[in-house]
Amino acid sequence: MKIKSLVIGTATALSVASMAMADRGSDGHVNIIYWQAPSILNPYLSGGTKDLESSSMIIEPLARYDQDGNLVPWLVDTIPTVDNGGVSADLKTITWKLSEGLKWSDGSAVTAHDVVFTANYCMDPAGGCAQLNKLADVENVEALDDHTVKVTFGVPKPFPYGPFVGSEQPIIQKAQFADCMGAKAPECTEQNFGPIGTGPFRVTEFKANDVISMEANPMYRDPAKPAFASVTFKGGGDAAAAARTVLETGEFDYAWNLQIDPAILSDMEAAGKGTVISSFGTAVERLMVNLSNPDPALGDKRSTLAGGPHPFLTDPAVRKALSVSIDRSLLAEVGYGAAGKPTCNVVPGPAIYVSTANDECLVQDIAKANNILEAAGWKRGSDGIRAKDGVRLSILYQTSTNAVRQDTQAFIKQWWSEIGVETELKNISASVFFGGDQSSPDTYQKHFSDIEMYTNIFSGTDPEAYMGSWVCSEHPTPETNWMGNNMPRYCNAEYDALVAELAGTANIDDRARIVRTLNDMLMQEGAMIPLIHRGRVSAHSNKLGGVIQNTWDSELWNVADWYRN
Amino acid sequence: MTEELSTKRSSQWRDVWLQFKTHRGAVIGMIVFFLIGFLVAFGPLFWTLDPNFIDIRARNQGPSLLHPMGTDQLGRDTFSNLLAGGRVSLLVGVTAMALSVLFGTLIGVISGFFKRLDGPLMRLTDLFLALPLLPLLLVMIMLFRDTLRGLFGPETGIFILIVSAIGLTSWMPIARIVRGDVLAVKEREFVLAARSLGTHNTQMITRHILPNVMSPIMVSATLSVAAAIITESALSFLGLGFPSDFPTWGRLLYDSTNFMKLSPERVIYPGLAISLTVLSVNYIGDGLRDALDPRIRGR
Amino acid sequence: MLKYTIRRLIFTIPVLLFISLVIFLLLDLSPGDPTAQLPMTVPPEVREHIRQALGLGEPMYWRYLMWCNQFFIIEPLNIIEQAWGISIGDSANRTRVMSWSTRSPVVDLIIERTPQTLWVVGMSYIVGIIIAIPIGVISAYRQYSWFDQTGTFISMVGFSVPTFFTGVLLIVIFSTLVPTDSIFWLPSIYDTTHKVTDWDSFVFQIRQIIMPVFVLGLYNASQISRFMRASMLDNLSLDYVRTARAKGMKERVVLLVHVLRNSLIPVVTVLALNIPHVFGGAIITEQVFKVNGLGALLILGIEGADIPLVQTLTFIFAILIVFFNLIADVLYGILDPRIRYD
Repeated sequence: MKIKSLVIGTATALSVASMAMADRGSDGHVNIIYWQAPSILNPYLSGGTKDLESSSMIIEPLARYDQDGNLVPWLVDTIPTVDNGGVSADLKTITWKLSEGLKWSDGSAVTAHDVVFTANYCMDPAGGCAQLNKLADVENVEALDDHTVKVTFGVPKPFPYGPFVGSEQPIIQKAQFADCMGAKAPECTEQNFGPIGTGPFRVTEFKANDVISMEANPMYRDPAKPAFASVTFKGGGDAAAAARTVLETGEFDYAWNLQIDPAILSDMEAAGKGTVISSFGTAVERLMVNLSNPDPALGDKRSTLAGGPHPFLTDPAVRKALSVSIDRSLLAEVGYGAAGKPTCNVVPGPAIYVSTANDECLVQDIAKANNILEAAGWKRGSDGIRAKDGVRLSILYQTSTNAVRQDTQAFIKQWWSEIGVETELKNISASVFFGGDQSSPDTYQKHFSDIEMYTNIFSGTDPEAYMGSWVCSEHPTPETNWMGNNMPRYCNAEYDALVAELAGTANIDDRARIVRTLNDMLMQEGAMIPLIHRGRVSAHSNKLGGVIQNTWDSELWNVADWYRN
Repeated sequence: MTEELSTKRSSQWRDVWLQFKTHRGAVIGMIVFFLIGFLVAFGPLFWTLDPNFIDIRARNQGPSLLHPMGTDQLGRDTFSNLLAGGRVSLLVGVTAMALSVLFGTLIGVISGFFKRLDGPLMRLTDLFLALPLLPLLLVMIMLFRDTLRGLFGPETGIFILIVSAIGLTSWMPIARIVRGDVLAVKEREFVLAARSLGTHNTQMITRHILPNVMSPIMVSATLSVAAAIITESALSFLGLGFPSDFPTWGRLLYDSTNFMKLSPERVIYPGLAISLTVLSVNYIGDGLRDALDPRIRGR
Repeated sequence: MLKYTIRRLIFTIPVLLFISLVIFLLLDLSPGDPTAQLPMTVPPEVREHIRQALGLGEPMYWRYLMWCNQFFIIEPLNIIEQAWGISIGDSANRTRVMSWSTRSPVVDLIIERTPQTLWVVGMSYIVGIIIAIPIGVISAYRQYSWFDQTGTFISMVGFSVPTFFTGVLLIVIFSTLVPTDSIFWLPSIYDTTHKVTDWDSFVFQIRQIIMPVFVLGLYNASQISRFMRASMLDNLSLDYVRTARAKGMKERVVLLVHVLRNSLIPVVTVLALNIPHVFGGAIITEQVFKVNGLGALLILGIEGADIPLVQTLTFIFAILIVFFNLIADVLYGILDPRIRYD
């Protein structure tokens, strides 16, 4: 089945190049279904993927990533680099030059002032902008003339493509949003529900959390595109129902993010009405080890380094045994199908950052795990559970509520019982687990368990900020109100030093080498146990052509190129 | 006098049993229910396959000698899951029902009988009706899960939590209905007669009012067993239920709904189990209602 | 009766205020967080920033009073303004109750979703009643006959099989297995943008509500028919029925004029009590058929910890419950001469 979808994917990609020259609007209507309905069309007020992707059909950034992770110019003609002078030699400024003749969907011209406004809109302290981190270290954004924008950073940025790049940073019209700065941003419902943009479509009706009706943008820069005259973008229901509407009933042309059992998905695909497509980005489902002690008896010091180290997870033998007893290929095949590959790294892509030093974990070896534990002094007790110096290997393993995750838990519990480890399973509603509510003991930051499982991801193609998650200062503690990214409570001075070095390194090969070293450090010291490299699975009707799935940006990035077969 | 009373009492229950026996559906329902209960309680002693054992090579199989009801997507035996799930579901259903009926009848009778308490108690009912179930559950779980887990162990702790949550949120309709009937019965002549004879309030309630409002209580009780089992499945689906390695009929049904086209029998078994249990309980309730109602009895 | 009604009405106001406070406290205590649904790429500092912008940094009593102000004063003002086309005070700058996920007024969201809720859930309630009452009457009249046994069986099954199962089963049969061009094919997704303007669009509207209405209607009918049957049985054994028959009245008259009217009393009160559930209770069916009505909105709000939305919706729900409880009580007092409230 994997080969089949690979062949179909390649064929689709090739057919894009040879597509017939259609006129704008000649292919009629297209139906898209996202089972999580978009709630707002302003990505600056929402970070939800569904909102980012639906708005990407209407508003666009200056540049974005293509399906291979390469930067491509979108509203500009060339990407500024140090070589062509767009980026200054001290790496502190970057200058973007807009393409000629760009128009907003209401007819007015796109100018550099709109770009400057966009930056100020997001950087306003009272606005609660969800994409603020992409504008990190920006000191000033100014318009040198009507078509040139200069961004100045406070520190040298080897990777200056944060602002205005990707679906999280689209350009909005200054005239439309002029009264919506700061605290007024959420009140501009009309603007938030119908932004004026440069994209191939514009909004005719928006019903929040329900459906969006769009029509082709008459001012779009390519007069022959988009091929579709109108769009219905529906939301609601669940992934299985969405898959059904594309693959079995034919009511919809495109369905996004189909996280369902692979056996069901391939059965639906066999009906012959649609094709399942998948591609891989940076998402890795992993087990986060807790290197501190989650014992409730510790009270306030629970799950902090101040409460002492974990009774047994700080023993490298235990962590190694736990990792090597897992059959990742089976987990991928049963739970994810085409949407998952086994992995032993926390950075699975882009290719230059991938390390090969840890791949021995890909093979399950229960006997080896048992030997490792025996040799380290963990002997089986009368109940079959290993213990040493009175400490039993009993693990509380928590994750969010999700059928695939529960199946993974069931597998891992069984394998660990074969090596003499007792496991208690716990699952928590996603809105609680991933929320930051400080009164709840079940959030993933608090990590009041021994092992927790979830998927983490970084946006774009540069892992610098991502690797910075595991420095010593990122521990969630009561003092930081449990904010922080370092869930395993990993602390290593060498790691911190390398991360600082990465921030100042400009050469791409050096950066790749440092990232690989950081990745290996985390893996070999067992701060986390990666399981599956997860991809995105979507489906499109066989009557829809031109679809190129893209996990580095919005999946609808090339919706202007879609056509009816 | 005493002798007459005691013979009267034993013959009254004997009458009830005789009337119950004439209701064929009720008798069949009772047999089926006890059969299911017996299977679920003692079945695992004979069918010893572990419901959680994953045998990946045997996944998504149809019925066979080794797996009489087939296997699920991880190769776990459906039959042993059904037996284990039955224990939990039946226990949750019956206990939650008992709690809500007890509480509902108490509030309903007091509210209908004592006029002064009617207003405040009915406003309390309104309050509980208006509370959203899910946030209430989230709060209860957050506050009590860890303490109960520490006191009773993970399974019993969650069981107490779920049963209390369902019981606390389903007593309101029963209270309203009982109150309505108590208000009607209170105005009947025989109540007036009993009061003029000097009967105390407690005796009035237990000997005169309560037996006459048995009918709606029975119907509500039987409906609430079904509701409790299904509510428990909805809770598991939201992550507020038992840990995922605990099978229950509701969860089995929910997990298999998406596999309907691939392996339809996986949906039928838990669905059938739930339906049969609910049906038999309902028929028993019907028979009991007929038997306890003095106007129908001995007709 | 009148004194009782007025007394109850006066009491509803403090009761409702108290209920709104309890709901607010419950939601505030509840461990959800509105930033939970943001992807992992949004760092914790930004999340905290967003939380502050939503107003979560203010003390609890302040947020509660703000909501009260917005709901009890500002929203009615807006409604009056729109209904009569007048302008009261500074209408442009008033802050209304805003949903945290869509950043738009909650009342607008509710009004947007009411049509499909009424079409699907409301219709299924009426269909359920129409089916259930005759079935209940006949089942009781011919107790233990084959009609009764079959009717009981079907209503038990209809009640004990959950709606997500029947819904998906119907979709599999009528949307997947039946070919698309056949007359029996039914759409599995509800189109909320569809407007009924002529006969053809009306037929399409009927087609898209058949399945959800059937699923919910079966569920409702089972419950109502059980109650109807139980109530009829209670009445059929009473003395006045015997008297009426002895007096020579036709069986149909006895049944439909005397027994039915008296049996309907408890049933009508149960029906009145269940009306509020039309607005928020059909969560699963709405999700299965993507009807995107008020039940789906409530669940969305709870999962996203969108407190203003959940607070407002739940409170409107509470108002409906309290109000219909009052109606049911008054109705019961009017219809049944034996009830005394005073």
